[in-house]
Amino acid sequence: MSEQIDEGLKSELQKQGVFVMPLEFLYNWGRRNSLWPLQFGLACCAIEMIAAAASRYDLARFGGEVFRPSPRQADLMIVSGTVTKKMAPQVVRLYNQMPDPKYVIAMGACAISGGPFKQGYNVLKGIDRYIPVDIYIPGCPPRPEALLHAFMELQKKIDNQKLTGPGQARHLDPSQPGEYPVPAFGAHDLEPPANCSVWQPPAVERGGDA
Amino acid sequence: MKTAVEPYLFLVIFCGVAVVFPVIPLLMAWMWRHFFQPSKPGASKNAIYECGLDSTGEARVQFKSQYYIYCLIFLIFDVESIFLIPFAVAFTGLPVGAFIAILVFLFLLIEGLVWAWSKGGLNWVN
Repeated sequence: MSEQIDEGLKSELQKQGVFVMPLEFLYNWGRRNSLWPLQFGLACCAIEMIAAAASRYDLARFGGEVFRPSPRQADLMIVSGTVTKKMAPQVVRLYNQMPDPKYVIAMGACAISGGPFKQGYNVLKGIDRYIPVDIYIPGCPPRPEALLHAFMELQKKIDNQKLTGPGQARHLDPSQPGEYPVPAFGAHDLEPPANCSVWQPPAVERGGDA
Repeated sequence: MKTAVEPYLFLVIFCGVAVVFPVIPLLMAWMWRHFFQPSKPGASKNAIYECGLDSTGEARVQFKSQYYIYCLIFLIFDVESIFLIPFAVAFTGLPVGAFIAILVFLFLLIEGLVWAWSKGGLNWVN
């Protein structure tokens, strides 16, 4: 969009005190500076999340200190900790109940892959099996600086999101679902074990004949 | 000749501004939703309860209003137990008159309990 404005004309106007910018820039600017996270912690990563929101690390510098206790008022879900199979349906349902646009940060090894508890019978091997994750932070648990870094990366991502055309933001694309199916308890595992539209099992590469 | 300015004119202007000022952002938000943002409702998103759990049972829970009598009786006896504790602590150093006084107090309590019991105040369902 910004290519449509001639750079010379833009700088000339700027000298006269007229600032020309695409609507996309204004929209993304507003979105990225008022991210309201959902106040919900699952395990030890949540302690680091609390530290990031408190005075020493001060998430408020990035406009993200307004932790909301209701999903209806939240833009950002920080999955902070181990997602057990008991908790996974609730996490997905909370994600569904958040209004668009919504973003997800998977915080720590557990939220990404199950982490040290991956072999556990009741641990979900990554929340990205059910909901689309925007930013992954490695660490066990990640330090508050890592969460701040993830926050800044998410802001960069929001800054680059398109309002129209191919590759437009998920919440503006009518073909993208606003809700993802909530898994239920089956006889042996969650049913379905993963949401295929979001996550595909990685292709196993067998070694050669050697 | 000076034109007479209506003294309350500025209040009318003030009211107009107060109405228009919040309406403009609301209108912009509505237009944004109408032209750009597709509506994506769903079963969980439209659910009433919002803590992640499925709501179970009826939302309209009925309970008997007679419960308040039960509560009142509990409250009275609860407060009276506070009077009895200092008496029990200072029991050995008290004169006979104080003992008789507390006996009268206890008698009144028991009488009240018997009265409430006989009236059916302790029955859960009347």
